[in-house]
Amino acid sequence: MSQTRADRENKMAAAGEQSSPETWHGIVLQTLKRNEIRLVPYVPDRVLTTLIKNLHADPCFTTFPTAREEEAVGIVSGAWMGGMRGAVLMQTSGFATLANVLASLAMPYQIPLIMFVSERGTLGEFNYGQSLVCRTMRPVLDSLAMEHHTVTRLDEFEFIADRSIKQAITTQAPVALILSPLLTGGKVFDK
Amino acid sequence: MTNTPARNTKVMNRFDLTSRLIAKLKHEEAVVGGIGNTNFDLWAAGHRPQNFYMLGSMGLAFPIALGVALAQPTRRVFALEGDGSLLMQLGSLSTIATLAPRNLTMVVMDNGVYQITGAQPTPAAAVSDIVAIAIGCGLSNSAWAADEEDFERLIDQSMSAAGPSLIGVRIDDKPGVGTTRRDPVQIRERFMHGLGVRQPL
Repeated sequence: MSQTRADRENKMAAAGEQSSPETWHGIVLQTLKRNEIRLVPYVPDRVLTTLIKNLHADPCFTTFPTAREEEAVGIVSGAWMGGMRGAVLMQTSGFATLANVLASLAMPYQIPLIMFVSERGTLGEFNYGQSLVCRTMRPVLDSLAMEHHTVTRLDEFEFIADRSIKQAITTQAPVALILSPLLTGGKVFDK
Repeated sequence: MTNTPARNTKVMNRFDLTSRLIAKLKHEEAVVGGIGNTNFDLWAAGHRPQNFYMLGSMGLAFPIALGVALAQPTRRVFALEGDGSLLMQLGSLSTIATLAPRNLTMVVMDNGVYQITGAQPTPAAAVSDIVAIAIGCGLSNSAWAADEEDFERLIDQSMSAAGPSLIGVRIDDKPGVGTTRRDPVQIRERFMHGLGVRQPL
């Protein structure tokens, strides 16, 4: 590799570490900001590491870990009712803990719960349990007739994220944006 | 009910304590009532637009109240939760201790039983001290109320505290006095009106 090309790639990597709109996590951050979503509780995932780091570094956001995903759903639901917009970050296995809170809080109270779910369990999963958990996610979403999109392409992501957030808020209905390994690279065995 | 020897606290009544709390509220304070009897007694104490009643999502009264407290830092937020409910979401105590909102007061109604399902004892009933758990989670401003007057004193104290407060109260095994009208959309909408977030149509 020539020095010039290595430099360029290093710079791109550095930009990617920040919140460049050319990266999927840069798009999440900018889209949250544009839609005045400032409260972002999360249960971490390896794939979400850079996004979480950049949210912490940006004073626009109040972002923090919770012990469970449903706790984060409760927090953003309360904040919504108090006039502050939020979104929750989690992994597939975390989503699998949410059926009760979705069916008894977010849906019946008509709360525009916005969820970003880093998808594990497919496209190179190495843990059988994760792949089984993943299969429960879309049936749960469909059984509640919840809006959800699986994002696979960078060029479509901003459109999907921005429109979905606006739709959630205006229709007062939850939405799940599932971030496919095709978009994020996912987590593979050697990581 | 729990039976920690170190505690010398009176067994009180949920409806009575809830009524005492509501009587103190003069500044449109928010009150989040946890699932079951806790919000039934909040309803029975007299509906206010700043009350939120949970009809499911057991264990989320404190997280919901935390969200309200973060969204409206100048409004006092009270959260009423049962001991069985809190056991479902003990991790939220650490989250609240870390964020440390000074406008949040939590009350744990501890009868040691799942009253509404037939008064079966909780796994904590005979062995665990919820206030000690809260202190261990970093909520240093946590205390058992010795009696009704002490409860009122602790409520007053919490309103000027520098961080979040948790008050444990031992209660009897009586069911709630009223029954909340189960209309989640209207409950949420009225609450948002009460918090000044929306105007009625």
